[in-house]
Amino acid sequence: MIFSRKYILTFSLLILALIGLLFLNIGLGSVKIPLKDIIASIFNLEVSRESWRYIIIEYRLPKAITAVITGSGLAVSGLLMQTLFRNPLAGPYVLGLSSGASLGVALVFMGAGLFGGAFASFLLSNWSIVIASSIGSLLVLLAVMLASLRLRDTMAILIIGLMFASLTAAIVSVLAYFSPASQLQQYVFWSFGSLGNLSWEEVSVLGLFWASGIFLSIAGIKNLNSLLLGEQYAKSLGVSIQRNRLLVILATSLLAGSITAFAGPIAFVGLAVPHLIRQVIPVNNHGILIPAVLLGGAILMLICDIAAQMPGNEFTLPINAITSLIGAPVVIWLLVRKRRFLF
Amino acid sequence: MTEFTPNSILKTEKLSIGYRNRNSETYIAQDININISPGQLVAVIGINGIGKSTLLRSLSGVQENLSGNILIDEKDLKSLPPLEQASLISLVLTGQPVSKNLSVFELVALGRQPYTNWIGRLTKNDLRHIKKSLRLVDIESLENKKCYELSDGQMQKVLIARALAQDTPLVILDEPTTHLDLYHKAYILQLLKKLTRKTNKAIIFASHEINLALQLCDKILLMQKNEIVMGSPQELIRSGKLSSIFPSDLIFFDKNSSSFKIKS
Repeated sequence: MIFSRKYILTFSLLILALIGLLFLNIGLGSVKIPLKDIIASIFNLEVSRESWRYIIIEYRLPKAITAVITGSGLAVSGLLMQTLFRNPLAGPYVLGLSSGASLGVALVFMGAGLFGGAFASFLLSNWSIVIASSIGSLLVLLAVMLASLRLRDTMAILIIGLMFASLTAAIVSVLAYFSPASQLQQYVFWSFGSLGNLSWEEVSVLGLFWASGIFLSIAGIKNLNSLLLGEQYAKSLGVSIQRNRLLVILATSLLAGSITAFAGPIAFVGLAVPHLIRQVIPVNNHGILIPAVLLGGAILMLICDIAAQMPGNEFTLPINAITSLIGAPVVIWLLVRKRRFLF
Repeated sequence: MTEFTPNSILKTEKLSIGYRNRNSETYIAQDININISPGQLVAVIGINGIGKSTLLRSLSGVQENLSGNILIDEKDLKSLPPLEQASLISLVLTGQPVSKNLSVFELVALGRQPYTNWIGRLTKNDLRHIKKSLRLVDIESLENKKCYELSDGQMQKVLIARALAQDTPLVILDEPTTHLDLYHKAYILQLLKKLTRKTNKAIIFASHEINLALQLCDKILLMQKNEIVMGSPQELIRSGKLSSIFPSDLIFFDKNSSSFKIKS
């Protein structure tokens, strides 16, 4: 690719930033651990205190990896949606994907109270939450997609996404009204979003979903590029519009669905990162954009996670609030200062 | 000149076009029999709403026709796989591409999509075709400009270059001269004429520029409510068919000057 050579420097800087932030993220926390011991525990060497190794390996490392996975996954799904819906405002959160996932998870959490015993404990296992969340987001995306087949107007599609979001929010609050406090609390905590608390097993399941979603996105690069011209042009270039839509829907629901299931709803990363990356790398070739957005998403998420644990040092703030606090001003800034919100 | 090439690049047999709903078919035009040879410049002329765009969409395979056959390079269009269609017909549509953030080079490069590998990597051969297309429409200097920086006339040239990069024997354009001033209208049509001569491609376009089309085109496809005729400008002027395409209350076709005049 002739463009990529131009951006080798930018890519190297992004990778360096990612590695630096990864170490910073692992290094920061309520317990101060010297850098030497951090590196030692990661590479399985002699560590001064065994408890440090435990903190690094069992808590901070999985959390950092989760941050990388969620950030990059959400950012890529945002990019895919922006191209598919021909709308610079599209993203997993705005189009109601996360609300769909929330509905699925709410049904599981609060529905579990209605059944008792073994079935409830099965329902509350992480697997069923992942499945419920993925199904929820897939259903919402399909509904939005069906609507978009009938309506050509992209504004209408966004409005429909917002309507789905408020519909699912309404159903969730009805469910919440009838649920016992303990289940409600579980759901509320889930909806704050959290990168920590994932075991290695859960991280690897999330990683699997992430990898398959990213794999599908990479397979769609060429067709996504044709879609930049519009559907009729893409069709005249030999692209199967239906199959491509299916591929993108599958990729985004795998990514956004599984991430929302494990880390809770996380706003703005999917919407903001592709635009931020376009400021640095002004190309439209998805072959360059997807890797750049992957890096950018991971970087933004690591920064948000660091910000979330900075102030108190004792406890962490809900990550969903932090991404909104950082993401919303960025989107406003792009609109006001750059005046150009193109994709 | 390739006036007497026996082969045809586009041929229709009893073609009917229109829209198909769940339980009804709306015919827009029926029994279209045309034959276009390589190197010909053909204008599709007709009043608003007569079905020019529908005809072009059907000919390009974007929209399904209701009955009859379309033969591209003597092959049935319906039976061709999408990629082979893409290597035979390229399109220039009305309106802007979806992403205005594309650079001119990127946009023209997208014309090479049917030939690139799974990730869209451009080979030396692809780059050669892109450069050649940019040169043919004389926009090499715009290569690194973004689409939102271009004027309407430049944008139209870029879209034409993209179609050329697709390297197809048939190029179909839907109203390439809308939003352009008279000079640029003439410029674009003259460019199309030049391209047919230089590349031996057949170029079909819909237009409202009857006066210009009569001067430049090899053939004119006249769409009217009851019949669709194709012929050279001279034939059509002689037959008097031109005078009946518009309602007769306001304008009339003046044979002496070969143009439409306002009734005084």
